[in-house]
Amino acid sequence: MSIETISPLFGRLSLDWIPYQEPILVGTFAAVAVGGFAVLVLMTYYGLWGSFWRDWVTSVDHKKIGIMYMVLGFIMMVRGFADALMMRAQQALAAGGAEGYLPQHHFDQVFTAHGVIMIFFVAMAFVTGIMNFVMPTQIGARDVAFPFLNNFSFWMTVAGALLVNISLFVGEFARVGWLAFPPLSGASFSTGPGMDYYLWSLQIAGVGTTLSGINLIATIVKMRAPGMKMMDMPVFTWTALATNVLIVAAFPVLTATLALLTLDRYFGMHFFTNDFGGNPMMYINLIWIWGHPEVYILIIPIFGVISEVVATFSGKPLFGYKTMVWATACIMVLSFIVWLHHFFTMGSGANVNTFFGITTMIIAVPTGVKIFNWLFTMYKGRVRLELPMYWTIGFLVTFTIGGMTGVLLAVPPVDFQLHNTLFLVAHFHNVIIGGVVFGVYAAVTYWWPKAFGFKLNDTWGKRSFWFWFVGFYFAFMPLYALGLMGVTRRINQYPDPAWQPYFIIAAFGAVLILLGILSTFIGFYVSVRDRKALACGGDPWNARTLEWATQSPPAPYNFPHDIQVRGRDEFWRMKQDGFVWSTAYQPIHMPKGTATGVYIAGFALVFGFAMVWYIWWLATLSFVAMVAIGIGHTFNYNRDYYIPAQDVAATEAKGAVT
Amino acid sequence: MFKYIKYLLALAGAFALSGCQYHILSPQGWVGIQERNLLVIATLLMLIIIIPVLIMAVYFPLKYRADRSDLSDYDPTFEHSNKIEVAVWGIPILITAALGWYTYVYTHRLDPYRPLDHLQAGIPIEVDAVSLDWKWLFIYPEFGVASVNELAVPVGRPVNFRLTSSTVMNTLSIPALGGMVYSMAGMETQLHLVADAPGVFPGRSAHYSGPGFSHMTFDTLSMSDADFNSWIANAKSDGTDLGRETYLTLEKPSIADPVRYFATVEDGLFDHVVEMCVDGGTVCAGQIMTQDKTGGGGIAGVPNAAAYSYDSKRAIDGFGALIDLPTLNPEAFYEAFLNSPDYICGPSARKEAVSHVN
Repeated sequence: MSIETISPLFGRLSLDWIPYQEPILVGTFAAVAVGGFAVLVLMTYYGLWGSFWRDWVTSVDHKKIGIMYMVLGFIMMVRGFADALMMRAQQALAAGGAEGYLPQHHFDQVFTAHGVIMIFFVAMAFVTGIMNFVMPTQIGARDVAFPFLNNFSFWMTVAGALLVNISLFVGEFARVGWLAFPPLSGASFSTGPGMDYYLWSLQIAGVGTTLSGINLIATIVKMRAPGMKMMDMPVFTWTALATNVLIVAAFPVLTATLALLTLDRYFGMHFFTNDFGGNPMMYINLIWIWGHPEVYILIIPIFGVISEVVATFSGKPLFGYKTMVWATACIMVLSFIVWLHHFFTMGSGANVNTFFGITTMIIAVPTGVKIFNWLFTMYKGRVRLELPMYWTIGFLVTFTIGGMTGVLLAVPPVDFQLHNTLFLVAHFHNVIIGGVVFGVYAAVTYWWPKAFGFKLNDTWGKRSFWFWFVGFYFAFMPLYALGLMGVTRRINQYPDPAWQPYFIIAAFGAVLILLGILSTFIGFYVSVRDRKALACGGDPWNARTLEWATQSPPAPYNFPHDIQVRGRDEFWRMKQDGFVWSTAYQPIHMPKGTATGVYIAGFALVFGFAMVWYIWWLATLSFVAMVAIGIGHTFNYNRDYYIPAQDVAATEAKGAVT
Repeated sequence: MFKYIKYLLALAGAFALSGCQYHILSPQGWVGIQERNLLVIATLLMLIIIIPVLIMAVYFPLKYRADRSDLSDYDPTFEHSNKIEVAVWGIPILITAALGWYTYVYTHRLDPYRPLDHLQAGIPIEVDAVSLDWKWLFIYPEFGVASVNELAVPVGRPVNFRLTSSTVMNTLSIPALGGMVYSMAGMETQLHLVADAPGVFPGRSAHYSGPGFSHMTFDTLSMSDADFNSWIANAKSDGTDLGRETYLTLEKPSIADPVRYFATVEDGLFDHVVEMCVDGGTVCAGQIMTQDKTGGGGIAGVPNAAAYSYDSKRAIDGFGALIDLPTLNPEAFYEAFLNSPDYICGPSARKEAVSHVN
């Protein structure tokens, strides 16, 4: 595409940028359009718009927001997984000179979009959603510290996700890999709007992530139920704290780094160019100073999930609670001093490489301790093999293997060989699927009854697990093997036909995972359909922590009264004491919903789109609108209300915990 | 079921016969062998702990399942044990310490910048490798020849690589010989490898670098001294001259280039590539640093920007074709800057700047 003229009205956006000659994209667009239209029609038919707007979009209830994060995560997982299938199909075909069906130009966008979406809009959405839903109820709070901010954070994340998806049909996405290393991602070597979509969608979503991090830290520090000391907090809450500290410490680095790259691209500056004293390696250092903590932002909350699930289903308190807390803290701190292991091969000296190699291995110690603690929680327990435990055992086995290959990559001379090979790709999928995804599934199956008041269908749940579990090994063990042959990642075709069988097996694995994802959705459908039969009370798993002390689903105020916490696993103690809620209800002070968040995020989306396409008037207008709405909201004093005592009484009588 | 097993066996047989080269597990050079050994040592060290964990992860939930017949060993208060704590911290620490020791020793031994003189394997040969969009240029300064997308090395003699790139980052990766190192524009990195056996080993860039990346491959011909000399002689007789002009044509983006040779290479070409000033009109990086040290060009230097810019002259579109970026017009910018009433440093500074130009 030649350099376009920039019109004052439409910027560089022209009809040439609509990819109507690409059958794959047109087909996708048709499917999305038909699906979207069907949803609109159904919602109108059933008259759901009012309730959707009141109860969900403008809601500041942390539980609703948590569920919406999960919905976002699952939708974006479908998108990211479609990218994965396309790559697997391409590499299964394009051997020994064959070109496959995806030209490089498209393939490169696909692998970039896959990485960006899976990390920022799937994994991040999932862990943020779980923390949002679970953590406040675990500490006996009514909501997060800043309920409006929570709603705003969510919609900013959605705006970022939408901007990525718009790039599918208007223009193109970046062709740079998920971390967009310059100089390739700079103004000269990534011309066109793709890279700008990348920058603005991550910046917009990043605002949401950072604010959400601040919010959840404040919640944990300030909103715990009376009597709950830090060392009484459930381990999941501890891991949420560690995660959000990491978010607040690391995400500003990402924001600043991407801002500098934006200045390079928009204002011809030279932070990361080859010429005029720019230093691309500086970007690579900065992005990994964010990027390594980022992977711990994803996995640390999952450590919390596994801790809760193992303890509950073993009928025992978590083994080594204090060790668990300290191990989490160790990992949190250490994750900031290992970033250079992502580029041992960039010519650092032996001492530097040794330092970062060994610090990386040291992280394996607290992580290993955690795994042992989970194992010894099961030891001498009464292990109920319910769905969440299936995922947990799948996690323990798979994550351990992924951890081992990770330590291999942390040994610099081994990394010299395996850097950027499919061994690396297999490793991080091993820890992200085997760790984060399996952990998210454990969380979904564990807390689903709390969120909706009925359990998930067991048969489809187990089908989903086995397809995912077996599919993972089929999809990624061949990639380990290919890595040991020295096969590089991100190639859309390769000369050696001997690699092809491995790629075909990997593609078969991806199809199994597809069946796993389908089983998940069928399972959701079947469970909703049979919800009467699957209905459960407030505490279906005989659990130990406070979120189970209330109804399923919890009333908007979570708990009818403040809980006086006396120690760890408070709910377990309450059950032993034969606790019942007092019926002397008081009016409950609650935050009011607001549409400000969704308005600002909507304008942020418009702003991002305008910046991508150089539509300066629209960018200015939408930016001013964002600031004006933000300021306007500070004059809104109508932010709270009281739920009258008799309403509380009615709600509690209806769904009393038994 | 048996039907499927038959297919599986057939598949396994196909693997065994397909001749896949696990280059990283069966390398053909000292560096690669050492790296492989370390890979094996590290794996074995970790298996000491990984295998028991995997067994426990499956055995514990089955042994302690809630519906077991004898529940007498259920201990709902068992949540702490100093003995277990010592073991679960101690064993990983010991293994990490051992691994850390190996890491220290091997990382220093296998530092890619460390020459392989200690092998006493013969006189090293020098190769200056340049990653271009999207092909490899290998310059043999001792012989004054160069090749594109084909690397020849004599068996048993260390190869001292100097690496750089014309635009974006790449890595030089020959898995059969040993680890990779990045090539980056404006920078020189180093890599030392040796081939212990003759053969043809695949090499490529292992860092994604744009539209032609998949084709950025080359063969590494490891050959006897005699064959190597005839390869050089062939390049000398078969090749053309590689001067600055030819280089500037060669570095233009192209995909899946055939192998070609250059009989002569202009002196100092690689150094000019590193300094990003093969094009005579561009100021060399070293000179820029000297100028910066003495205060830089200041405002008066703005009109000279074109002589300092490098990336924008090499801009490409999404398919790898060169394009003209709308160039900043430095003179106009400079004029506007000086005549702007809002010029931030005030009238006196403006006058000073003008006098500076004059």
